[in-house]
Amino acid sequence: MHRFANPNRFLRLSRQVLPWVAGLAAVLMAAGLYLALVASPPDARQGDTVRIMYVHVPAAWLSLFGYASMAVASAVGYIWKHPLADLACKATAPIGATFTAVCLATGSLWGEPMWGTWWEWDARMTSVLILFFLYLGYLALVSAFDDPTRGLKAGAILALVGAVNLPVIKFSVEWWNTLHQPPSVSRLGTPAIDPSMLWPLLVMAAAFTAFFITLVLLNTRSEIIQRKIQVLRAAQAYGAAE
Amino acid sequence: MPDRLEQFLSMGGYGAYVWGAYGLCAVVMVLLVVLTLKRLRANERTLKMLDGLRASRRQQSMGNGDAP
Repeated sequence: MHRFANPNRFLRLSRQVLPWVAGLAAVLMAAGLYLALVASPPDARQGDTVRIMYVHVPAAWLSLFGYASMAVASAVGYIWKHPLADLACKATAPIGATFTAVCLATGSLWGEPMWGTWWEWDARMTSVLILFFLYLGYLALVSAFDDPTRGLKAGAILALVGAVNLPVIKFSVEWWNTLHQPPSVSRLGTPAIDPSMLWPLLVMAAAFTAFFITLVLLNTRSEIIQRKIQVLRAAQAYGAAE
Repeated sequence: MPDRLEQFLSMGGYGAYVWGAYGLCAVVMVLLVVLTLKRLRANERTLKMLDGLRASRRQQSMGNGDAP
């Protein structure tokens, strides 16, 4: 029973937290959509396509945030053998992968009208595509073992090693001469973006993050329950064999 | 008013790209919620069933133990 002490506390806590995070996501999303589609001005050079930024950039941030969380969870799982860490890591992977795909697709929809191309093998886009494959690789690896705990162990190593790609993505627009524009929000000092566009972006980013956390909590619940099912099934099979 | 709506929908001629991006996000996010909840519900049902099975089996074996 000791092994489930922490996961049980997580199940209880997450049940209390979930309605609040989900509600926050809904409110922020409504406000963010209004700011992004109605209240904010079209860009002087990009016209209304700049509105794609308000979904593209939050999705991109989440793709990085998701993988970084997985790497941290894997490290925690590896060093402290925390039973929840590996399950949380696995729960994050499909959601992070989805937002990475959304980032790539919305980037394409923005690139076509503005750069005249759906895709370019430049450093930023290629490194994000590699991130997407890392997510898929993790998911494939984790489910490739008969023993689920061995799959999680192998996945944790992949998640940790793959984290090398994160700074490459972040600095790709500075290290290489890319078609993708350099950062405009996270610059030291003042952001190179007007408040009328920065606010919708920040609200949408907060909305996407709250949504992401909601789904990760739900999915972690799923993983914990699935683990319990595996343990019960194993105990039953053992009991039946006796 | 219909003019303003039309203007809003056309997005300065980039309507297909802008609405394409937002529509894609909406579809993907709704799908994520539906699939995540569906998986959670299915797992919760299975666990409940297995728990019930274990409880009834334990009761059964205890009943047998009591019998002289």
